Amino acid sequence: MSDTHSHSVAFVRHDQIPAAPPPAGETGPLKWVRENLFSGPFNTVMTLLGLYIIYSLVVGIFPWIANSVWGTENIRECREITQGNGGACFSVIEQRWQQLLFGFEYPSTQYWRPTTAFVLLFVAVAPVLFLNLPRILLVFTGLYPFLAYWLIWGGTILIPISAALGFVVGYFAFKRLEHNSFATGLFGAVAAAVLTWWVTGFLVGAAPGLIALPEVASRNMGGFMLNMILGTICVSLSLPIGIALALGRQSHMPIIKWICVVFIEFIRGVPLITLLFVANVVLAYFFPPETSLDLILRVIIMITMFSSAYIAEVIRGGLAALPRGQYEAADSLGLDYAQATRLIIMPQALKISIPGIVNVAVGLFKDTTLVSVISMFDLVGMIRGPILSSTDWAGVYWELWAFAAALFFVVCYGISQYSQWLERKLQTGHR
Amino acid sequence: MKKSVFLGALTVAGLSAGVAAAGTLDDVKARDMLNCGVTTGVPGFAEPDANGVWQGFDVAVCRAVAAAVLGDSTKVQFVPTTGKTRFTALASGEIDMLARNTTWTFSRDVDLKFEFVGINYYDGQGFMVPSALGVSSAKDLDGATVCIQTGTTTELNLADFFRANNISYEPVPIETGAEAVQQYLAGACDVYTTDASALAAQRANFEAPADHVLLPEIVSKEPLGPLVRHGDHEWGDVVRWTLNALITAEELGVTSVNAEELAGGTDNPEVNRLLGTEGTLGEMLGLDAEWAKRAVMTGGNYGEIFSTNIGEETPIGLARGLNAQWTEGGLLYSPPFR
Repeated sequence: MSDTHSHSVAFVRHDQIPAAPPPAGETGPLKWVRENLFSGPFNTVMTLLGLYIIYSLVVGIFPWIANSVWGTENIRECREITQGNGGACFSVIEQRWQQLLFGFEYPSTQYWRPTTAFVLLFVAVAPVLFLNLPRILLVFTGLYPFLAYWLIWGGTILIPISAALGFVVGYFAFKRLEHNSFATGLFGAVAAAVLTWWVTGFLVGAAPGLIALPEVASRNMGGFMLNMILGTICVSLSLPIGIALALGRQSHMPIIKWICVVFIEFIRGVPLITLLFVANVVLAYFFPPETSLDLILRVIIMITMFSSAYIAEVIRGGLAALPRGQYEAADSLGLDYAQATRLIIMPQALKISIPGIVNVAVGLFKDTTLVSVISMFDLVGMIRGPILSSTDWAGVYWELWAFAAALFFVVCYGISQYSQWLERKLQTGHR
Repeated sequence: MKKSVFLGALTVAGLSAGVAAAGTLDDVKARDMLNCGVTTGVPGFAEPDANGVWQGFDVAVCRAVAAAVLGDSTKVQFVPTTGKTRFTALASGEIDMLARNTTWTFSRDVDLKFEFVGINYYDGQGFMVPSALGVSSAKDLDGATVCIQTGTTTELNLADFFRANNISYEPVPIETGAEAVQQYLAGACDVYTTDASALAAQRANFEAPADHVLLPEIVSKEPLGPLVRHGDHEWGDVVRWTLNALITAEELGVTSVNAEELAGGTDNPEVNRLLGTEGTLGEMLGLDAEWAKRAVMTGGNYGEIFSTNIGEETPIGLARGLNAQWTEGGLLYSPPFR
């Protein structure tokens, strides 16, 4: 049977042809280019246009970087070296980087203090951001604000210690009185804390030099440090305040509800820059000349109020997105309002709100540069004021703004990447 | 009864407020620190150097006052102000004096309740245009776009000048001098106008200064000087006569170098009175006898301050012009120390 066809068929192949490589146009980079870049007339035009734009950018920027000048004393020396070849004058950053980072009045021998505070900031926020770290680290997070205050502003260590002590005493008073009612606990805690501060105030007055760092006045803070201080403090304060406002707005108690509504709507209806001008200019009229409230503190209060109103609205969006059944389920389990909010409602509402909160936080961080218009020398204020109008560096624009943009980009991109990671991690739905 | 108690309380409150406001000199001494308002930066006039130390022509006035009052020219807290915040900072008591390129005008003196204590720089508003524009007079600027700093007298002078000459312009309002220059160089406006001193200073830092010309017209008087709050005359006198001491010192040939030597006593009675070896001028001001000597030794006399900060040897390169002594054809004329 095997040779039935051997006479009727001229040729029978006995072995398989080795697989030929696919045509050159259907494989590898060529295929990718054809499918992704030149798949039609419109896309071809767009690709060519894009290539041209990239080419122009490179041609424009390359000489700027390649011919850049470092190590000169002022812009005139820079210009002598570049002779108009378009090179950047990065000497300005080399000469003034301390001023860009710390402001021009922070004592240069003390730069290690804000630097240490900055490094410790990562240690302090790590347990908050990454839930798989040991919980004991949260103790350091709690201590960090006081430590950072001491490092950056200086003075005796007794001030932050007594401030921290007040909070600890208040916490224990709350724990003791909590079983009576929440309100008793709260008022007891406040009273205990105030009492502690009052008592330790004498202690601080008695030993003003104990383990003291040289004091640095708020007025001398500046540069990117100021943006970081304002951003960190205001974001971390406005989150809890925003949550409270969002819950207050949904409250069934009319007074609380209306206070929250009026606060949120008023703050959202006023531009941040107006609030900052109020903080800087108008508030000074209301205080006697000797007792002016610290300018940074005034600005922190205003920015915090502003961002907490926005965060409140974001969280209210999260609360509104929760199905009604969640509230009812919590009630049917017999949980009271505080328990239901803490255990059922908030975890879900906050998860929904993450993108919005991060949006507000990033926007807020960038808005801290607005303080430059009330003559505070944050990074932008430093560039606009003292550096660009100094005899040495008037006329160096691109280098300085590129530096500022790079610093802000690093921070904001970091925040945004973290939030995306967090969203993926908390993803429990079936999308 | 109730009414009279209320009125009495009001009177007491008013009186105590008056007393509190009247003692800037005592406040400064008690604080051991002078709060001096300056700009956020104008080349040569006020700028922090690479070490964060304020330098400049206006800054030197603050330092001289601190030296005269407190005996130490470093006891100054410089408070940077913008064109918008400068007057509220002074009125609210945040600063004791303002030395910030501020033009002495009627309304600022009378209506805003400030007291200009003198003039440390006679300026005038000028125009800068690219030479490629081929304009030789400000009157040819019909329809031009003009970069201008907001909240300044230059803004108002510009409007006056163009209206008086019946020509039109389009203003491009800008916050700071540095940004105005950038806009001008980027071609956002045809003309940049501000005080002639600042124009010259900023042109000196251009990549190609020769491509830009200053037009011959000076369209306004801009007498720049330090100012204090209205109503505190003791303090106003201290600042006024410190400035006058710097000017008189130049006129009399007293410099930071020879002040110590001249204080040993000279044949010129006015020098002796200035330096405190004769008379009781310091006591009349509520200061000690050597106040003016310390003020002069801080940064030198007016001429020395001018030449180290904005004079022809510096990159700013301003000529004395109107700011020469009256004996040399300028306008500087200090009342006598007698």
